[in-house]
Amino acid sequence: MAAEAPIDPMHQFEIVALGGEMSASPFVFTNSAMWMMIALAVILVFMWGGLKRAVVPGRWQAAVEVLTDFVGDITRSSIGPEGRKYLPWVFTSFIFILAANWLGSMPFAVFGLKPFTVTSHFTITGVMSLISFAIVLGVGFWKHGLHFLSLFVPKGAPLPLQVFMAPIEFISFMVRPFSLGLRPFVAMFAGHILLKVFGYFVVQGLMAESAAGGIVALLCFLFIVFMSGLELLVGAIQAYVFALLTAIYINDAVHLH
Amino acid sequence: MEQEAAQVIGAGLAAIGIGAAATGVGTVFGSYLQGALRNPGAAGGERIWMFVGFAAAELLGLIAFAVAMIILFAGG
Repeated sequence: MAAEAPIDPMHQFEIVALGGEMSASPFVFTNSAMWMMIALAVILVFMWGGLKRAVVPGRWQAAVEVLTDFVGDITRSSIGPEGRKYLPWVFTSFIFILAANWLGSMPFAVFGLKPFTVTSHFTITGVMSLISFAIVLGVGFWKHGLHFLSLFVPKGAPLPLQVFMAPIEFISFMVRPFSLGLRPFVAMFAGHILLKVFGYFVVQGLMAESAAGGIVALLCFLFIVFMSGLELLVGAIQAYVFALLTAIYINDAVHLH
Repeated sequence: MEQEAAQVIGAGLAAIGIGAAATGVGTVFGSYLQGALRNPGAAGGERIWMFVGFAAAELLGLIAFAVAMIILFAGG
């Protein structure tokens, strides 16, 4: 244990009230809320800049069209033609997770700001996955009524096997909102802890003021550069996986296997 | 002090699961690449299932990480 600079990787996830006490009232404006607003502003500016409907798209419009086509392709290939109805939520979840993940990885600390990754809290991703789960339940019971429960009975299996498989299918169905929300949360949480820990290693290596310390600091710095690039990739993959799994779960509710 | 040591050891043991998940994720991508190189025409349609498999394999590693964190920070 180093005495001079205790490693405290959890500090970056602290939610603080901006301009007020946390316990003053149930409704305080926190840094989490502020970064959600910033993510929303970034998304709005990005989308608004691309909705020009020019016949020959410029660079910006081409970027927006590639993104919307990409998410539209997720719903089209996993739900089918009627998947277009569910595109708004799939696209919303995809672009919000993407924007929040990437905003949290940007080096805003250079300008003295305190960056905060909204998706590094289970409250945010958990509520998003609960919305997805509610859509699945709503669509399933709306379209099929109580017949929706046949989702838990695998077709073609012999009856003695079905008795055992139905509870397993039910459990795996009920775990879905938990696993869906856990995935983006832990990916961001773990990545940021890793970056923070190696950031402390750089500082401690430089504070040692020896050749070995300098080499360690340099290696750790290069590792941070590499991990930051990987973090951008992971942020995009997690957004894609969330949107994809939401579409596949909705497909279960629409088509019942 | 003894409990603290036990917590650290437990968290380290829980972290082994992350390595197992790394094997799983590598298998998913590796198998996909093998199949895609043998039959490039069918590769595009199966990309979604690769990501579903990736998500399932990765989730177990993430759960191992969550368990390690719970042991380390939440287990009073």
